[in-house]
Amino acid sequence: MDLNYSKDDLAFRDEVRAFLATKLTRELSEKVRLGGDLTKDDMEGWHAILNAQGWLAPNWPKEYGGAEWNAVHRHIFDDECASAHAPRVVPFGLSMLAPVLQKFGNQLQKDHWLPRILSGEDWWCQGYSEPDAGSDLASLKTKAVREGDHYIVNGQKTWTTLGQHANMIFCLVRTDSTVKQQAGISFLLIDMNTPGIEVRPIILLDGSAEVNEVWFTDVEVPVENLVGEENSGWTYAKYLLTHERTNIAGVGFSTAGLAAVKRIAKAEMSGGKPLIQNPLFAARVAQVEIDLMAMSTTNLRIVSQAAAGGAPGVEASMLKVKGTIIRQEINDLARRVVGPYAMPFISEAVEGSNEPLPDPHDAGPVAAQYFNNRKISIFGGSNEIQRGIIAKVKMGG
Amino acid sequence: MNFDLTAEHQMLQDSLRRFLKYSCNSETRNEALSSETGVTSDLWHAMAEMGVIGAFFTEEQGGFGGTGADIALIFEELGRANIMSPFLDGALLSGRVLAAAGELDRVADLINGDLQLALAHGEPTSRYDLNYVRTTSVNGILNGRKAVVVNALASDVLIVSARISGEVSDENGISLYFVEKDAAGLTIQDYALIAGGHAAEVTLDGVEGSLIGEEGKGFALLKDAYAIATVAQCAETLGEMTAATELTQEYLVTRQQFGRPIATFQALAHRMSDMLIEMEQARSAVIRAAGYFESDERTRDINIHAAKNLMGRAGRLIAEESIQMHGGIAMTQEYELAHIAKRITMADHRFGDTDYHLEKFMALTQP
Ligand SMILES: Cc1cc2nc3c(=O)[nH]c(=O)nc-3n(C[C@H](O)[C@H](O)[C@H](O)COP(=O)(O)OP(=O)(O)OC[C@H]3O[C@@H](n4cnc5c(N)ncnc54)[C@H](O)[C@@H]3O)c2cc1C
Repeated sequence: MDLNYSKDDLAFRDEVRAFLATKLTRELSEKVRLGGDLTKDDMEGWHAILNAQGWLAPNWPKEYGGAEWNAVHRHIFDDECASAHAPRVVPFGLSMLAPVLQKFGNQLQKDHWLPRILSGEDWWCQGYSEPDAGSDLASLKTKAVREGDHYIVNGQKTWTTLGQHANMIFCLVRTDSTVKQQAGISFLLIDMNTPGIEVRPIILLDGSAEVNEVWFTDVEVPVENLVGEENSGWTYAKYLLTHERTNIAGVGFSTAGLAAVKRIAKAEMSGGKPLIQNPLFAARVAQVEIDLMAMSTTNLRIVSQAAAGGAPGVEASMLKVKGTIIRQEINDLARRVVGPYAMPFISEAVEGSNEPLPDPHDAGPVAAQYFNNRKISIFGGSNEIQRGIIAKVKMGG
Repeated sequence: MNFDLTAEHQMLQDSLRRFLKYSCNSETRNEALSSETGVTSDLWHAMAEMGVIGAFFTEEQGGFGGTGADIALIFEELGRANIMSPFLDGALLSGRVLAAAGELDRVADLINGDLQLALAHGEPTSRYDLNYVRTTSVNGILNGRKAVVVNALASDVLIVSARISGEVSDENGISLYFVEKDAAGLTIQDYALIAGGHAAEVTLDGVEGSLIGEEGKGFALLKDAYAIATVAQCAETLGEMTAATELTQEYLVTRQQFGRPIATFQALAHRMSDMLIEMEQARSAVIRAAGYFESDERTRDINIHAAKNLMGRAGRLIAEESIQMHGGIAMTQEYELAHIAKRITMADHRFGDTDYHLEKFMALTQP
C-alpha cells in the first residue's frame, strides 16, 4: 500500500494546474465560485477548451477520442478543477449517452454521434423522468409507435435539466404495453427541433431555471435513431445507471466548499473572536472534514477497483448516498457561517446592478445553493432508491 | 397544570385561522413577493382592525394582551398560513422597544395600523451578538452601518441603535434613536430576501437622530424586545413546520410509485413518524418559551434559548425531510412547500442561530 501520489501523479497534477492557470479565465472562475448562472456560451466555451487539450472525456477509451485516464488521474483532475472553480462539465452527452452508444450503438451511430459530442455540435439532455414515473421509472408512458421508417412519439418528459439549451434528447419510450413494464421500453435519440416538441421551463425554489418539461405531440423520429434492439432500452438505461460514473461522490465540490467555509469562518466574528475559534462551529467543520477525508479515500478505492475490472454496482450507490450527504452538510455550513447575511436573495438583478453585494463575506448565494442542492439526493436515483439497491444486493430479496 | 387555551385565546385562534385561510393564498403571497417592498398593505390594515397588533402590547402600553402566550398564539397562526407580512419586525420587535421606552403615541399609531417600523440594530460584524455596536452617536449625530435591516424600505421611520460611550461590546452606552426616512446622510440599499420580504443595508453618514428613552440605556430595551421576538419567531416557525408536516403527510398517502402509495414504504413511513415526534417536541419547546416569558429573567431566557436551539434542529429536519420525501415536486417554486421550507430554514438566521442559543443556554445552565 502507498497512499502517496507517485512521481507521475504529481507531474500530472502540475500539468493540470498549469493548464487551469492559463486557460481558465478569472472572469469565468469567479462566476462559478459565486454561484452565478452560467450561460450556454460559458459552458460551451469551457468544453471547447478542454476538448482542444484532449481532456473533455476523461473516461472514454482512446479509440473514441477520450483521455482514458486511470482512477487517480481522474481524481486529481476533478479535485483541481473544483478547487480552481472551473465550470462543471455538462454530463448528459459525455458521461451518460456516450458509454451507452460505445457499448450498444451500431457503427453508424458511433461514427456520427460521438465526435459531435466532443466537438459540441450537439447538446444532449436526458429524457427519462415523467410526472408519474420518477423513482418508478419503468412505469413510463411516453409512447413510440412504429410507422414505416419512423416512430411516432407522444407523451411528456419532465425535470429535463438544461433542456432549454439542448438540440438533442435521449429518451426512454414505451414501444410495447402488452408485456412486463421493463420489457417494453426502447432507447431513442430525438432531435429537439422536430415539429411537435415543446419545452416549458420549471422554476426551482432558488429561482433558477435549469429544468424543463418536454412535451411530445406526434413527433416523427427516424428508426435509425433507435439505439440497440427495440424493447431492450431498460437494459441500456440500467447500464447507464450502474456504469461507473465519474465524480459521483462529488469530492472535488466538497473540498472546494469546505475551503470556502473555513476562509469565511476565519474572518467572521462571533462574541469578539473569529468564528472558527468558536468550539461549536469548529466542531461542525471538523466533523465534516473527517468524513470528507475518508470519502476521498473511499472514492479512490472504489474507482480504482472498478478500473481494475471489478463491477461497481452497489459501490456506486454507496458513493452517491454518502457523497451527497457530505456535500449537503457543507452547503448547510456555508449558510450558517455567514450568519444574517444568508438571508439576502442574491439574484441576477443584484449581480447585474452596480451596487455592491450586501454580503461582506464575498461568499455568493450560499442559501440559494443550499436549497438548490437538495436536488442531489433526489435525482439520479434518490438516496432512498440507492439504499434499496445496497440492501437488495447485500441481503438478497 | 392546564394546557388548554383560555376561552379568549381559543376565539382568537379560531377567528385568525379562518380569516387567514380566506384572505391569504398563493396568489396574495406571490403578489407580496413581487411587490416593491415585499409587503401588501391590505393585509396589514385588516389585521390591525382585527386587533392583532394590539395584542402585541399590554394594557398599560395601550394594547390588550402582550403576554408570551398571546404572541405565540398569533405568530403560530401567521406561520401556519405562510404569511409574509412583516408583523414581527415592523410591529412587534420595534414596537416593544418603543413601548418599553414610553413612546406610547407611536405605539397607538402602530396598533391602529397607521405606522410601520424597522429596527436597525445588527451590524456587518456583529453577527448575532446584541451588545456589539460600532455605530456611533455624538450629540445625536449618527455614523455607521446597519446590516440586514428587515422591513427598512416599507417602514415609516427607523429605530437605530448607536454607541455614545464604552467599548464596542459594552452593554452600557448604547442609545436608541428615531431616524426619519428622508434624513440627510441616510442611505438605504434595499434587497429582497430569499424567504420573502425585504431588508436593507442602512448607512448613516452624519445623520440626525432623536433620542428614544434614556441615554446609554438602550441595551435592556433591546434585550427584552429580542426576547419576545425570539418567542414569536419560534412560534411562527412552529406554524410553518406544522404546514410542512401536513403537506408531506398528505403527499405520502397520495403519491403513487411502484403501484402503491409511497407512504407504504417503511423507509419513508418511519421518517414521517420521526417528523411527527419532533413536532410534538417543538410544540412543547414553544409552549415553554411562551409560558415562562413572564417569569424571572433567567428562567425566561433559559427557556427561550432552549426553544430557539430546538427549533433550529427540528426545523432543519422538517424542512429537509419534507423536501426529500416529496421528491422533485418540492424543488419547484410553484409548490407551496418550497416557500414554507425556505422560511423554516431562514428562521435559523434570525435572532441568533442554533449554535448561538446553545452557547447562551450552556452559559446559564452550566456555571
Ligand atoms: C433538479 C432536478 C433535475 C433533474 N434532472 C433530470 C434530468 O435531466 N432527466 C431526467 O430524466 N430526470 C431528471 N430529474 C428527475 C429525477 O431523477 C427524479 O426527481 C427522481 O427520480 C425522483 O422522482 P420523483 O421526483 O418523481 O419522486 P418520487 O419517485 O415520487 O419519490 C418521492 C419520494 O419517495 C421515495 N421513494 C420512491 N420509491 C421508493 C421506494 N421504493 N422505497 C423508498 N422510498 C421511495 C423517493 O426517494 C422520494 O423521497 C431531475 C430532478 C431534479 C429535482
